[in-house]
Amino acid sequence: MGLRSFFDRIEPNFTKGGKFEKLFPVYEMVESFLYTPKAVTSVAPHARSYVDMKRIMTYVVIATIPSILWGMINTGFQANSALAMMGDAIGTGAATGWRIAILDLFGISLDPASYFGNFAHGFLYFLPIYLTTLVVGGIWEVIFATVRGHEVNEGFLVTSMLYTLILPASAPLWQVALGISFGVVIGKEVFGGTGKNFLNPALVGRAFLYFAYPASMSGDAVWTPVDGFSGATALGVSAAEGVQALAGRGITWMDAFLGTIQGSFGETSTLAIALGLVFLLVTKIANWRLIVGCMAGMMAFSGLLNLIGSDTNPMFAMPWYWHLVLGGYAFGLVFMVTEPVSASHTNTGRYIYGALIGVMVVLIRVVNPAFPEGMMLAILFGNVFAPLIDHFVVQANIKRRARRHV
Amino acid sequence: MAQTKRELLVDPLFDNNPITLQVLGVCSALAVTSSLKVAFVMSLAVIFVTSFSSMFISILRNQIPSSIRIIVQMVIIASLVILVDQILKAYAFEISKTLSVFVGLIITNCIVMGRAEAFAMSNPPVASFLDGIGNGLGYGVILMIVGVIRELFGSGSLFGITILETVNNGGWYVPNGMLLLPPSAFFIIGLLIWGFRTLKPEHVEARDFKIQTVEEH
Repeated sequence: MGLRSFFDRIEPNFTKGGKFEKLFPVYEMVESFLYTPKAVTSVAPHARSYVDMKRIMTYVVIATIPSILWGMINTGFQANSALAMMGDAIGTGAATGWRIAILDLFGISLDPASYFGNFAHGFLYFLPIYLTTLVVGGIWEVIFATVRGHEVNEGFLVTSMLYTLILPASAPLWQVALGISFGVVIGKEVFGGTGKNFLNPALVGRAFLYFAYPASMSGDAVWTPVDGFSGATALGVSAAEGVQALAGRGITWMDAFLGTIQGSFGETSTLAIALGLVFLLVTKIANWRLIVGCMAGMMAFSGLLNLIGSDTNPMFAMPWYWHLVLGGYAFGLVFMVTEPVSASHTNTGRYIYGALIGVMVVLIRVVNPAFPEGMMLAILFGNVFAPLIDHFVVQANIKRRARRHV
Repeated sequence: MAQTKRELLVDPLFDNNPITLQVLGVCSALAVTSSLKVAFVMSLAVIFVTSFSSMFISILRNQIPSSIRIIVQMVIIASLVILVDQILKAYAFEISKTLSVFVGLIITNCIVMGRAEAFAMSNPPVASFLDGIGNGLGYGVILMIVGVIRELFGSGSLFGITILETVNNGGWYVPNGMLLLPPSAFFIIGLLIWGFRTLKPEHVEARDFKIQTVEEH
């Protein structure tokens, strides 16, 4: 096969003593992306498994596909609806910009009823953000891999995809680049690279943008990428006026579940995320204990707040099934809480870790009006506590066993 | 004397910096660096307190009973801090308001106590004075670096003079809001320490544990 023999021919240039010795990580990255990694465990004792890191990472990317597709359709749908509402169509004026020009060139309509039109429009928003993430984050990965002599691995594919999916469609590209730089360098590489990051790099990047440029990361104007159109996210509306107010805006629970609401690319459709979850659970990439813990924590704590009630804060009355479908809860639950590196590593610890995040997300959403979206902060909070939880679980186990042998 | 006068002054700037190497005085470095002017005044105050407290403690070092030496040191340091605080209130009231408790907290700044304990108690007055200035300067240098980064990129100005016109005032620069929050100084100081250690590998302390590597095949 041509490609294989091409790789075999150029490989000596990159191995030790070769001309481009320093660029070996780059070569290795491209080669192991296309083929099975050559380095497999060779020292006994070990268990052989077909699930290596490459496969785990690829599976996660596959699991995000429904969210990606729906994210594009919904972004286009929101943009097209906004344009239609503002009375614009191709050729009538305000609908301008390179995206409109490209859509016009191919004769794709801006009708919000056309799925293909929505998809194409959303795709033109998704692609630049994703490419920026890949290129800028990839450059950092390669720099660190080259200097430190480790490989660039598929973990970055997951990070870049998750990072893109939690951004609003209107995010300026230079901010996207800054955020992923911060996420990759501070969130991962300073701690030693993939597998040693105790925080989720995608979330670190997102949190950086959230605190550095709040105007373009949250608020009413950012979710639909049409100039001059502002619309609050469903979560924002319910934080301000209570969950009943959503009905007044024409948003039913089903809309939020299917994902025809405003929000970041990947987080709107709970249904698409659930498809990803099923895939991750069947392939055993995601640990079900984390999901159970996080759901239980969220349901119990929101139930408690429902009982307590509050006259001034409408969020107290938000039931758990709304918490589930609004904002980033579902996306974070499936793709971020389950990240094996930054979560707890013991089974008991996983329940506690999940529950901690579930409680925290409700607490932040309800009690702190400055942060309507609590999932990002709750998960980062959980990440920080994961090693401590593991420590106590291990200590408890040691104590229990010590008691057995007096 | 083990060190020359020049070494006493210059060493703490980069080679033995109190913030990046000894990791002392970080708390106030986080709090006062969001604007360069405040950071500058704070640096001056710390230089003043560290140098004079070291000198006075060194003069008294043979008279201070060892069992109550910390108390005596605290009295000297506190008197100097009160002096600084009163001067600031009299001549720079606005800045004194921004610095608020942090001037008072110079008393607890580990750099001041650290130099008193580690150097002034066992060295003559002139050397102690220079050592105090040197360490105060080392603190000030880092404060200035952090302050430049935070004020320039956080609000687009230096010493209150606009350098990068921000979007709100009709310019092009979108200020980075995170740099105005104290945690950002953590990142900047962390990155500075990283940079110092990369340039001067002798700063890196030995590892507590060595990671075992499996034999290569």
